[in-house]
Amino acid sequence: MLSLMKKIVLGSGLLLWTSASFAQSLPPYNPVTQERLLNPEESNWLMYRGTYDAHGYSTLDQINIENVDELEMVWSFSTGLREGHQAPPIVNDGYMYVSTPQNHIIALNARTGDLIWRYVRFLPDDLQQLHPTNRGVALYEDRVYLATVDAYLVSLDALTGDVIWEQAVEDYYNGYYMTMAPLIADGKVMVGVSGGELGIRGFVAAYDAVSGEQAWKTYTIPAPGEPGSESWPGDSWQTGGVPVWVTGSYDPELNLSYWGTGNGGPWMGDTRPGDNLYATSVLALDVSTGELEGYHQYHWNDSWDWDEVSAPLLIDFQRNGQTVNGMIHPGRNGYLWFLERDANSIGFVDANPYVYQDVFTSLDPVTGRPEYDMSKKPGTGYEATFCPSLWGGKDWPPAAFSPKTRLLYIPANDNVCSIMIGEEIEYRPGRQFVGRGPSENGGFMIRPGTNHIGELQAWNVDTGERVWTTTFPDQNWGPVLATAGDLVFMGGTNDRYFRAFNANTGDVLWEQRVNSGVNGVPVSYTLDGKQYIAVQAGWGVDAEREQNLLNLVRGESHTVPQGGTIWVFALSD
Amino acid sequence: MSKNDGKGGSVSRRTLIKMGIVTGITVPMPALSQPPSRMRPQLGDLMVFDEGLNIGEVIRPEMLELNQQPVSALAKDPETDTLRDGSRLNRVMITRIDTSKMTERYRDNTADGVIAYSAICTHTGCDVINWDDDELRMACPCHESQFDIYDGGRVVGGPAPRPLAMLPLEIVDGFVRVAASFRGRVGFTQQF
Repeated sequence: MLSLMKKIVLGSGLLLWTSASFAQSLPPYNPVTQERLLNPEESNWLMYRGTYDAHGYSTLDQINIENVDELEMVWSFSTGLREGHQAPPIVNDGYMYVSTPQNHIIALNARTGDLIWRYVRFLPDDLQQLHPTNRGVALYEDRVYLATVDAYLVSLDALTGDVIWEQAVEDYYNGYYMTMAPLIADGKVMVGVSGGELGIRGFVAAYDAVSGEQAWKTYTIPAPGEPGSESWPGDSWQTGGVPVWVTGSYDPELNLSYWGTGNGGPWMGDTRPGDNLYATSVLALDVSTGELEGYHQYHWNDSWDWDEVSAPLLIDFQRNGQTVNGMIHPGRNGYLWFLERDANSIGFVDANPYVYQDVFTSLDPVTGRPEYDMSKKPGTGYEATFCPSLWGGKDWPPAAFSPKTRLLYIPANDNVCSIMIGEEIEYRPGRQFVGRGPSENGGFMIRPGTNHIGELQAWNVDTGERVWTTTFPDQNWGPVLATAGDLVFMGGTNDRYFRAFNANTGDVLWEQRVNSGVNGVPVSYTLDGKQYIAVQAGWGVDAEREQNLLNLVRGESHTVPQGGTIWVFALSD
Repeated sequence: MSKNDGKGGSVSRRTLIKMGIVTGITVPMPALSQPPSRMRPQLGDLMVFDEGLNIGEVIRPEMLELNQQPVSALAKDPETDTLRDGSRLNRVMITRIDTSKMTERYRDNTADGVIAYSAICTHTGCDVINWDDDELRMACPCHESQFDIYDGGRVVGGPAPRPLAMLPLEIVDGFVRVAASFRGRVGFTQQF
C-alpha cells in the first residue's frame, strides 16, 4: 500500500498534500506552452471550454452514438465539499486539475483518480460568498492558476501544488470576489471580478503569468470624461456593478479577448438612468494593452438582473450566401444573438428569442438595440412581471458548438418568469446593493399552461433555425459538451442524471444517475488512445435557489442532495 | 478590515517532520491585539442603530415596534464612544418580540422584548437582511435560508447549517446594552 506523504505550508493559511509515490507513476509534466493553448491536442482539455473559441467541442469520436450506451464509470473522487461544483476537470497528459467551492484545487492522476496534491485556501471569517463556487483553473507552462473568492489570483506549481505567488486583485471587503476560470493568452492571466450585488465597479485585469505583475486593468464602467460615461448619472459609475464572472473567449489572429458583462447595480434601472455602458454587453479587449476595441450592448438600462456574462462562442456562420466572421451568444435576456467581429468593432447581424420573452417589443434592424414594453420593466416602487425569469433563458452554464453538425447546443430554461419591485437602497461598502423589495412567492412564477422548464436546444447556426429541443420537467443548470461522436453530454437537472444525447436528434442515448445534481462542465480526453468523459457533480448555488422557489410555488419539498464528486466514464474494455 | 494576505513564511517538510507534525489543519495566529472597533460587542456596550432615520442613536426599547422588521445595529463602547464597526462580523439585526411566545430557554437573552441576532448567515456569510412578515422569520437574500427569531435563531429553511448567534441584551437606565458575548459562533464555517 502506498503511503501518503503530507506536505504542509504554514503561515500562509494554505495546506498541501502530495504523494511522491503517486507522482512517480505519472509521466514528466508537459508544460502548457502558448503554442499548445493555440492548438490543444484532442487528447487533452487544457482550458475552460477546451479551445479559445469557446466551442466546448471535442474532436474525439471513439465514444459515439453507436456505443455510448456501453459507457461505464471508471473512477470517482469525492471532493468532500458542498455547494456548486461548476468547474471542468482540466486535463494535461495524465494530470487532472479540478477546482471546487471554497477554493480547493484537487490534482489527480487522470488515469487512476489517485490524489497527487490538494490546495486548500483559508478563507477569511468575514467573507461573504454570494456564489459559493469556482468555475475552474487555468494552465500555463508548469503552473496552475486560480481566481479566488477572496479576490486573489494564485499561481501554483503544477507538479507539487506549491504556491509560487499570489496577487490581490481587489478587496473582498468592498464586495469584490472571483469565481471564473482565468483566461491565459500572450503570457497574461486575465480575470474578471464578481460583486454586482455588492456595489463594485467591474473590470477585467491581466497579470504577467510569470511574475504576477499587473499588465493592465480595464473597467467595465467608464470614468467621467471617458467615452460612454454620459450613460451613467452622477456618481453611479463608482458603484454600478457590471461584473465579469465567466471566462472570455479569444481570437489569436486579432489578439482580442471577448468578455460578457453583467447588469448594472442596483438592479432597478431607474436608479441609474441611461444606457449604462458597458453593462450587459460583449467587450473586445486587446490582450496586449487591455484597450477596448469594440463592444455590443445586448440590452440597455437593465432592470431584470440579466447578466450577459457568458462569453460569445467564436463561430463563422453563413448569412445570405456570405460567410460571417462571427460570434454567437444565447443571451440571458432570452434572445439568441448573431454578431460580426473584426479588428476594431462588433456588429449586429440578427437576433431572435429562443425562449418565451415578453419584454422586448422590437429590435433595431441595424444596431440590434431593443425597445421595451415598459410595463414589463420593474422600477423603484413599481412591480413588474417579466419573462424569462431573472436567471434568463440561459444563465452561466455554457452552450457548445459542433463544427460537424453545425449546431449550437443551448442549455435553456423556458416558461419561468420573475416578479420584481425596486426599493430604495443606500450604498455601504461591502453590503448588498441590490434594491429589490419583497414580492409574493419570492418573485417567482411558472407560466400557466406550460408543461416543462428545462430544455436542451439545437440551433443551426447557418440558417438561424432551431432543429430540435429536448425538454425536462424542471430547471436545467447543465453545462454542455459536444463531441465528434455526434454526442452531446449534459447534466443539470434535479433528478441527478448525467446524460448523452444524439447530437442530431436530441434523443437520450445514455444516462447515469449520480450522487448529486451535475452542475459541472463536462470534458473529454484520452489516455493511451482511450477516450474518457469527465464531469463534476455537486448541486448548489442558483440551481438550488431555483429549486427552493419551485418548491415554494408548487408546495413541494423536492431536495437535491449536495456534495461534490468527480466522475470519469469510458467504454468498457 | 481583515484580510488573509497569504504571504506568511513557510516551513520545510523536513522541519515539520522533525516537529512531529503529520496532519493538518492550521489556523493563522490571530492578531495579538486588535483595535477596539474590531472587537466583538463587549459586556456593557450600548447598542446603536446602524441604518434608517435613527442611525447613530442609542437604542431604547420603545424605539422598536413589536415584530417589526429587524434593523441593523452595532455596539458602542460607552467609555470611549468607539463604534464597533471594524468588522462586519459585529453587525446584528435587532427587533422587539413578544417573549411570552418565545422558546423559554432563550428568554434570558432578551431585554424588555428587545432581541438581537448576528446579521451574518451561517451558510456562506451573507447579511441576513430580509424579513418574512407573515412567519416572523429573518431571511437571507443570498440562498434563502430562514431563521426563527422566536426560537433562538433556529434554521427553518434553506441551506444554513447552524442557528444565528444571539447577542444577549439588558436594559440599563433605559438603554439597550450588551449583557454577554455572542451565544453561538458568528459567521460561516469553512469546509475542509
